[in-house]
Amino acid sequence: MASIVSNVSTLVESGLRGPALERRRTLALRIGAILGFLALWSVLAGLVVVLRLFNPIFLPGPWLVLGSLVELAAKGQLWIHVAATLQRVAIGFGTGAALGVTLGLAAGHLAPVRNLVEPLVEMLRPIPPLAMLPMFIVWVGIGEASKIGFITYATFFPIFLTTVTGVRQIDPLLLRAARSLGARGLPLFTRVILPAALPDILTGLRLGVALAFFVIVISEFIGAEHGLGYLINDGRNFFLVPQMLGAAVVLGLLGWAGSALVRLLGRRYTRGQQTA
Amino acid sequence: MTTAGPKIQIQGVAKSFSVAGRAMPALAEVDLDVAEHELVCLLGPSGCGKSTLLNIVAGFLAPSTGTVLVDGRPVNGPGPERGVVFQEYALFPWLTVTGNVEFGPALRGRPAAERRRTVDRYLELVGLRPHAEKYPAQLSGGMKQRVAIARALANDPAIILMDEPFGALDAQTRETLQDELSRIQRVEHKTILFVTHSIREAVYLADRVVVMTSVPGRIRQVFAIKLPEVRDRFAPEFTQYESDITRVVKEEVAKVHE
Repeated sequence: MASIVSNVSTLVESGLRGPALERRRTLALRIGAILGFLALWSVLAGLVVVLRLFNPIFLPGPWLVLGSLVELAAKGQLWIHVAATLQRVAIGFGTGAALGVTLGLAAGHLAPVRNLVEPLVEMLRPIPPLAMLPMFIVWVGIGEASKIGFITYATFFPIFLTTVTGVRQIDPLLLRAARSLGARGLPLFTRVILPAALPDILTGLRLGVALAFFVIVISEFIGAEHGLGYLINDGRNFFLVPQMLGAAVVLGLLGWAGSALVRLLGRRYTRGQQTA
Repeated sequence: MTTAGPKIQIQGVAKSFSVAGRAMPALAEVDLDVAEHELVCLLGPSGCGKSTLLNIVAGFLAPSTGTVLVDGRPVNGPGPERGVVFQEYALFPWLTVTGNVEFGPALRGRPAAERRRTVDRYLELVGLRPHAEKYPAQLSGGMKQRVAIARALANDPAIILMDEPFGALDAQTRETLQDELSRIQRVEHKTILFVTHSIREAVYLADRVVVMTSVPGRIRQVFAIKLPEVRDRFAPEFTQYESDITRVVKEEVAKVHE
């Protein structure tokens, strides 16, 4: 019986992934799309120069963007800006995630907490987070605190909401089983409610990471001396278009890596729930 | 542990649910004592409140009236001395078979070496040692229920409450698991309250079969099954019990359709 079960699950797995040929074709198409985009961009930038359509400074080719990044890296500046942005995102997102998950677990499982927290969240949530940025600056100044605090504020909402949803969707039978095995209080949260809600929490964390990179750029436009958002704004002031685009590309890569990291962690900790 | 009285005392327990603002009685007054190491089957037509009664003993539901005493102390809420095995298995999907079985001991902070011994022992008992590192989603229904039984036993409760545990399994697997439970009980000597709607299953497993009436459920008749520990489903005495109980159950089922 056991071997049949494992055979079936391997079959299902390979069925989901599709045969090798199909996979290779998919990959070729995807890489082709990116190469095609870069080629089109290069051709357009080249045409602008050759046909003198407009000042080529407005549309630098991909090689110029890459060149400006290499130059920044060679001067040792790129890393300073990347580190500044990453540090703000890590602290801001980390705090937002910790608050969102903790409060979400409590609000999802305990009705009194839910009735206290949910109305406040529902009141603040429809306000676009960016509308609150000036308030953060007025309250805590233009230093690190307002930038980090703002990321925390913005990332809290999706993480809190998906956590509450995740907790409320837990099969009540699992909670009964846990209680009749002696789980209550904090261990019930850490050993049952948190892992049971984890697939939904991970969705919230992925949204949160994306949002963190979204809002950090704007808060780095205002009163920052380092950071990728600062690089973009600095590029605008001095008309360094390759630097603006280069910083944007790096932000894109960081955002993608952050979201991939969350997905990787998620796959590691929800192995049993994927096949279910 | 060595209390003189019965292990479980169900005293005047009744339960009604409010449906659209009206109280619908599910369980009329039930009195039942279960002795230590006894296996009692609750049998009755579906919807007769036998699962409700089990949930009250488990502490998942509060009775509308009456009390349940375990070792003479009233039950209020679930507790580790009353293990529960559900029809839907209720395994933790994020834990492996090992993780599920050691859930109770890990919760009580037992050292790793001791937990390993416990897991080995109970997986051996239910014949799942080779599957220790699998996740529940990779197991068949019968294997899942074996894990659930091992998980309950590994927590070492004095009482095990089983709510139609084999109801979702095919006939073949069902009989295999009945055999296994009967064998396990000869080793573990738990006090077991077992809800089923299978007369054959009840006669095969029980020291006493409690037949309940149709809704609102109350105790219709109690049959003491005086058969040897290892039972033969085809022995004439066995089939005699089966037909005696069937007659009583049929009358109750007929009342539902009136």
